[in-house]
Formats: sequence, structure tokens, C-alpha cells
Amino acid sequence: MQQALSHCVRTWCDGATGVIDAKRLSGGASQETWSFDIAHPDGERGAILRRAPQGYGAAPGRAAGLNAEADLMRLAFDAGVPSPRVLYVLREADDLGTGFIMDRVAGETIPRKILRDQEFAAARPLLARQVGRVLAGIHDLPMAALPALRSMTAAKEIAEMTRDYRAMNWPRPVFDLALRWLGDHDPGPSAEVTLVHGDFRHGNLIIGADGIRAVLDWELAHLGDPMEDLGWICVNSWRFGGIDKPVGGFGTREDMFAGYEAATTRRVDPDRVMFWEVMGTLRWGLMCCGMMQRFRQGPDHSMERAMIGRRSSETEIDLLRLLAPR
Amino acid sequence: MQDEPTATELVKAVADFLRNDIAPLIAGGHSAFKLRVAINALDLVTREMTLAGDSDAAENARLAQLMGVQGTLPDLNKALAADIASGEISLSSPGVADHLWQTTMEKLAVDQPNYASYQEELRRDTVKASS
Repeated sequence: MQQALSHCVRTWCDGATGVIDAKRLSGGASQETWSFDIAHPDGERGAILRRAPQGYGAAPGRAAGLNAEADLMRLAFDAGVPSPRVLYVLREADDLGTGFIMDRVAGETIPRKILRDQEFAAARPLLARQVGRVLAGIHDLPMAALPALRSMTAAKEIAEMTRDYRAMNWPRPVFDLALRWLGDHDPGPSAEVTLVHGDFRHGNLIIGADGIRAVLDWELAHLGDPMEDLGWICVNSWRFGGIDKPVGGFGTREDMFAGYEAATTRRVDPDRVMFWEVMGTLRWGLMCCGMMQRFRQGPDHSMERAMIGRRSSETEIDLLRLLAPR
Repeated sequence: MQDEPTATELVKAVADFLRNDIAPLIAGGHSAFKLRVAINALDLVTREMTLAGDSDAAENARLAQLMGVQGTLPDLNKALAADIASGEISLSSPGVADHLWQTTMEKLAVDQPNYASYQEELRRDTVKASS
């Protein structure tokens, strides 16, 4: 890997002598993240490779694709949305699969540290407003400049989730209740369709003592209702214990809405945001069930995946708290 | 009838061994993470073997009452799920909200008893019971 990366980097980074310290960070079978330093006479430059190895090029149904992700990150960066600078998009001659190389941004992504460590104490009260501002920036990216992305509506999302849930053939009356509620409360297609990040939450945000430094992982980006992103970050599963602070466990909806409306002419629709929070809670619950299925069907027969299946009941209690509060 | 010690006691003993004797020997990294997950899984199994007998029986009785028929837990849950999906049964049907709450609390007691939402609802139950 180090050799292939060195060869690649020398072709586009003037003066680079190679790469050092290449190590794999995380990711599943279809996507890998590598961290490395570009060696250069002017000093080393921290970089990240996000790639799908050869043979894994075909994107699964919901994924935007790595080339689209690179396009989106470039657009976001140019528009002033906190984003790592994309340095290079892989070509076939690089023999590294599909993907791209970006600057490595210093900071933290682990929710428990962000929510508890002293280092982030000053940033925490600012984060909800920043989330609003950053999301407004994402939703204001010009539609004409965007790569090809799938279009989603609430109705489509409900239909997909219903199909996935039925295919599991395991009764969860609370999920039926939520699907029914979503069908009954679908506000209809959004008057305005924008870019939606699709997975804006802890883990995909690099946060420093000064707040949000970078938005990562545009894999689930699509076109749809901008309020979806505001609802998704309020899903209780992303509060990591800070359940009284709906935005990521660090802030209030009101602060997020204020940050959003200060940065764009678009108005927040709190009812739609709440609708998407219910949708997101159910979606994460179904994703937990999906992990269990992959454990059972292989090839990833790991107990971590199996145990995530036993987290779907967390979303059931959260759905009841939303739909049938006591 | 199987002999003693019970399966629950054996699983708990293994979990305690991994927690107290093995975990301190493994310093960080992916193996330490996997060991924590393994201990969590064994603890979950212990909770399930301890709690699920009573909670399954109670759930079965509630479901039989709600649906007006006797049946196995999977069959009754399928019937309830189908009736909720079709709109035949809703949150305003007598006993439904209580049943779903009770069943969900019983799941969390096994799956994730430290989950913050569960802890908060448990406190609500305790306050109600003592007032």
C-alpha cells in the first residue's frame, strides 16, 4: 500500500518524495480509510485516502459513489463549509481502486470525548448553532453544480423501510406503529429540494476546541427535504447519553434552528424536523437489525455485529418516547 | 432435568473470569475492544436467562388478552404487528400503549439496561410506584 501510494503521490504532488506511516484506520469490506504522511522537502503533510479497493467499485443501492463524494467535498470546501481539502481523485493508472485523497484534519470524532472531555468544554455550547450554520451551507450549495445523486422523498423512504422490515420477517410491533405513524404524518414532498448530507451526526464530524472543523462521509448524500438533516442529528441514538440535549447530546433544537436561519434565507420547519427525527430513529433501528442479518448470513460473522442487533430495542424505547410518551 | 450449576451460573462465572482476570492483561487496541464486546454479550445472556422466563410469560398473557386468542409469543406478536400495520389496532386501543411500553422495558432490561432513555423511564416507574 505504501509503495502504491508513494508512486501515486509523486505523480501529482510537486516535490513529494513518497509517503510514510500509511495505516488503515477503519471501514468495512467495501470502503477503506487510510492515514499517511506525504514526505516533502518543505515538510510532511498529513493525508487521508478514502477508497473502495478493486473489485468493490460497484456502489450499493444508497451510496453516492466515491467520485460523487469527492465532488461534493470540493464544492463544500469552496463554499466555506468546513471540509477537508480534496487533493486528488484516484485514476485507473494508480491501481488503487476508486476513491480520493484529502488533507487530514486534526480533531476528535469520538462522541464520548466530545461530550465529556474538558478540551471541548468551551466548544460544546457553540456546537448546536454551528451545526445549523454548517447545514445551511450544505443545503445552499447550488443544485446545478452537484454530481448525479438519487432523489429521496419521505414516501420513498417509508416504502423502502417497510420493504426492509418485512423482509426480515421478525415482528416488532413498535416498528409497525412507527411505520404507521410516518405514513399518517407524511408532510408530502418538500416545497424546496436541496442537497441532503444524509449522515450528519457524531462520528462524521471532526470537532476541535473551536468547534466543527470538518464534515466527513458524504456516502449517503442525496437530493431531498433539507429538514431531513436537521432531524437526523436529533435522533436519540446520536446523543450518547446526553438525552436532554437533542442536537448530538450537546445542544438545543432552538440553537440549531437559530444558527440555520441566520445563515440562509430558508426557514426551518420544526414539524418536518420532528417527522424526520422519528423516521431517523426507525431507520437506525432497522440498520441495527440489518447488522444482525449480516452476522447471521455471513461473511461477517462477528459478535460486534451480532451485538448491534441487540441495540434495535434502544430505538423502540425512543420511538415510544416520541409517539406514546408517558 | 439438567444438574447444577445452572447454565446461568456457568455463563456468569465465565464473564466474571474474563472481566476480572483477563481484561487487565490486555492493554487497549482492537483485542481489548473485542473482549469488552464479548463480556457484554455474556452479561446480556445472563440477564436474558435470569429475566426472560417471567417477562415472556407476562408478555404472552398480555398479548392473549389483547388479541383475544391463545398462541405462541412469535405468533401473537406477528398478529399484533399485522393489526397495527393495518390500522385495526392503534395506540388508542385499550391496553396497547401499556403493553408496548411494558414489553419494550422488558427488552431493554435484557439488551441495554444502561441506555439513558431506559434509565429515565425506569426512574419514572419507580416514582410512580412509590407515590
